[in-house]
Amino acid sequence: MDEIDRTIVNGLHGGFPVSERPYAAAAARLGLDEETLIARLSHLLEAGVLSRFGPLYHTERMGGGLTLAAMQVPEERFEAVAETVNAFPEVAHNYTRDHVLNMWFVVATEHPTRVGEVLRAIERETGLAVLDMPKEEEYFLELRLQA
Amino acid sequence: MTAALRKPAAPAPIDAVDRRIVEATQAGLPLVPRPYRALAETLGLAEAEVMARLSALLEAGTIRRIGAVPNHYALGYRANGMSVWDVQDEHVGEIGRHVGALAFVTHAYRRPRHPPLWPYNLFAMVHGRDRAEVGEKVACIAELIGEAARGHDVLFSTRILKKTGLRLRA
Repeated sequence: MDEIDRTIVNGLHGGFPVSERPYAAAAARLGLDEETLIARLSHLLEAGVLSRFGPLYHTERMGGGLTLAAMQVPEERFEAVAETVNAFPEVAHNYTRDHVLNMWFVVATEHPTRVGEVLRAIERETGLAVLDMPKEEEYFLELRLQA
Repeated sequence: MTAALRKPAAPAPIDAVDRRIVEATQAGLPLVPRPYRALAETLGLAEAEVMARLSALLEAGTIRRIGAVPNHYALGYRANGMSVWDVQDEHVGEIGRHVGALAFVTHAYRRPRHPPLWPYNLFAMVHGRDRAEVGEKVACIAELIGEAARGHDVLFSTRILKKTGLRLRA
C-alpha cells in the first residue's frame, strides 16, 4: 500500500456520493482523478485490503432479524458442533473465542421471528444451550481504523 | 467527536424494487464511471430511479453508509478483542456513549446478561496490531469506566469458523 491507497482506504469510509459520476466526485475530494480511483479500488479489492466497496446495509431496518449468540462447546465435540452451526445459512459469522463460552456466532435472518427458530434448532441438534445476546442499544461512531 | 446513540430502529421494510437493488449491490457497486447507470441497466430501471431509491434508503438509515469496507486483518490489525463489561444498568447508556466515541472502538453495544455464566452487559470491539496493543486499549476503557464497572473480560477470537456476511436470497 502506498500513500494513494492509504488516502483511499481512510478517506472513503463513507459519504460516497449518489450522483451520475460518483467516482469522479469522490476522486476530486481526495485529490485524485476518476480513472485512478477506479483502478486503485479495483486493485485494493483484488488484494483483499478492502472486503467490499458499496452500500453497507442496516439489516434490522430492512425488517430482518439479527443476534449474537454464544455456546459452551466441549472441546472434543467442537468440530462437529461447528459444522452443525455453520450449516445454517442464517449463521453469517462464527468465531472461536478463548472463554468458557468458546463459540460465538451471528445469526441474520430475513424475518425477525426466524432468529429464535434458528437458535432453538441449533439447541435441538447439538443438545447444547445457546445464549441469545441481541443488541439492546448501539453506541455507534462513524470512525474507523487508520490504514 | 461524539457517538450517536441509536436505539434499535423501527423497521422500515423495503419494497420489491428496493430489494432487487439490495441484492444487486450487497456484493458491491460496479467499478465503472457511472455505477448507478450500470446497476439500472442490469435491473431494467432508470438511472434516476436507482439513485432516488438509494438516496431514500440512506436517508432512512437502511443504508448505513456507502464506501469502502476495509479488511482489518489486511490493514495489519491482527488482534481482535471483544471487551465485555459489567456496568451498572443506570450508567450503561452514558458509559456506552463514551466508550463508543473512542477512536479504537469499532462497535459498542448493550446486550443482555446471562448470569451467572455471563454477567456482562456492555460490549466494545477493540482492534489492535497485536494482543498487547488491544490490552493497552482495554486498559484505557477500564480507566474511562472506573468504578461503574464491576468486572470485565477480553475475549480474543482464535479462529474464524465461518464468515459469509449478510446475504439476502432472491
